[in-house]
Amino acid sequence: MDLPTSNIHKQSIESFDTSTLLKNAARQRDDRGLHKFPIVDVDCHHYENESIQEIVKYIDDEVISQMGQLYTAGGTGGQAPFSVAGVGYQDVAGRVTRYPLRKTETTPADDKHRDIHLSLRWMDAMGVDYVCLFPTPMLSLGLHPQPEIEGALAKAYNRWLLENITSREKRIKTMMYVPFGDPEAAYETVLEFGDNPDVIGFMICSVRYQAVHNNAYMKTYALMEELGKPLGFHGNYNWNDNLVGNSNRFLVTHALGFTVYNAVHLCNWVVNALPERFPKLKTIWIESGLAWIPWVMQRLDNDYKMRWSEAPSLKGLPSDYMREMFYTSQPMEVPNRLDVLEMTFDMINANTQLLWSSDYPHWDMDLPCVIYDLPFLDEAQKHRILGGNAIELFGLDVEPRFPNYRVPDLKTG
Amino acid sequence: MGKELLVGKTSEFEDGGKKIIPNGKSEIGVYLIKGEWFAYQNLCPHQGGPACEGLLMAKVEEIIDPEKKTYHGMRFNHDEMHIVCPWHGWEFRMEDGVACGDAAWKLRKYDVEVRGEEVYVLA
Repeated sequence: MDLPTSNIHKQSIESFDTSTLLKNAARQRDDRGLHKFPIVDVDCHHYENESIQEIVKYIDDEVISQMGQLYTAGGTGGQAPFSVAGVGYQDVAGRVTRYPLRKTETTPADDKHRDIHLSLRWMDAMGVDYVCLFPTPMLSLGLHPQPEIEGALAKAYNRWLLENITSREKRIKTMMYVPFGDPEAAYETVLEFGDNPDVIGFMICSVRYQAVHNNAYMKTYALMEELGKPLGFHGNYNWNDNLVGNSNRFLVTHALGFTVYNAVHLCNWVVNALPERFPKLKTIWIESGLAWIPWVMQRLDNDYKMRWSEAPSLKGLPSDYMREMFYTSQPMEVPNRLDVLEMTFDMINANTQLLWSSDYPHWDMDLPCVIYDLPFLDEAQKHRILGGNAIELFGLDVEPRFPNYRVPDLKTG
Repeated sequence: MGKELLVGKTSEFEDGGKKIIPNGKSEIGVYLIKGEWFAYQNLCPHQGGPACEGLLMAKVEEIIDPEKKTYHGMRFNHDEMHIVCPWHGWEFRMEDGVACGDAAWKLRKYDVEVRGEEVYVLA
């Protein structure tokens, strides 16, 4: 396959294979002995759009199903009823080569889905034992103008995922897509899929304009709390947004978008005292990096002290609640002043609250070494962040790969 | 004294071409750019990606009117070629291996010698 570059010669790549691309990751795995303890990736992805023709067959609504089958079979000329992913080029115009080349990668023609084969290739290269798998284009579905479409596609995707992926490969788990645009569909989703053992939590796509404190969602949060599974908010960008999309560079709309939507939802979650209403419901803030958390902590605390009457149900500072939340690490900002990152880890109680994630195969993925190589962490801290914290949070059974495993104790004092 | 690694014949390279050769547990990428030879370790200092297996791209420049300070698009500057790591897109100057986004980071550079028809890397 020829990739157009700036050079006078196109670069021709004869074949593409995930294991080959990640051979240096495998070297890191072996050099650091990453096989000696469980590594859990709390946020990775597949491209569900490549299986959309299979997924639409799971849609209940016969009219939406007919529409889906028509458009996924070739469409009628450039329009698509499901895709709301806007303008963007995460692969930096082809520089991150796995984007344009992924379609050339071959997988065995057996009874396992291609996405299982591809996932296991990169997991094994990095030394990852278990993952939480999320979709890719559907992360923008919260912007769909028709809430019934979000509900129908979410339900179909969830059914397809459980039937074809997670039930066929025990190392792959998921947090169910919750169609938040339709509160009733959101509740029904949790009700239908919540007790499935491969469902380790619930996921709301953060790029949307519904407010998390709307009363319509309270029964859904209550059900999640009763099921004992956490709720994650997954960040994304939206170049069509009037504020965070107000840039001519993808760099800006990505850097801001992935943090700002989650920042808004987190602020509303805290000041409306939802942690007090649902004290056993754990929340995870996914794919926003870490640098935004000290910013929001300081802003909320400062305003709260002056405007206590607007958040009267809180029993502590907003940052106290935020320290009890969970955060995925990627894309972890690594400032040249490493003490800034160390302070951030301290502020968020990273020892127990930080969950490593790769975001693979997306462009800004992180390897386990981003945590393992940090000089200010000891071995127990590294093991917890790379896997132990997630194993505790989700109650993951790692016995098949790590018999008699215990999450390491932290040093005290 | 370091070791010498035979890369191959000069005739194997066309302008803008590269060859990746093994070197212990890693590799070295050897480039011929406008008559000049360059060699770098196939290891990105960012997260360890196989930098030399990525694309070669010319430097991108903004076109700014020097008087009005207005923006008029972008262009490639083919006088400055970049090695682009395929994992995350980090770009490194071919001339010295320094990262374009942060000069504190760079690829490990090796000397190249051409003797007759043969190309060697001093590793």
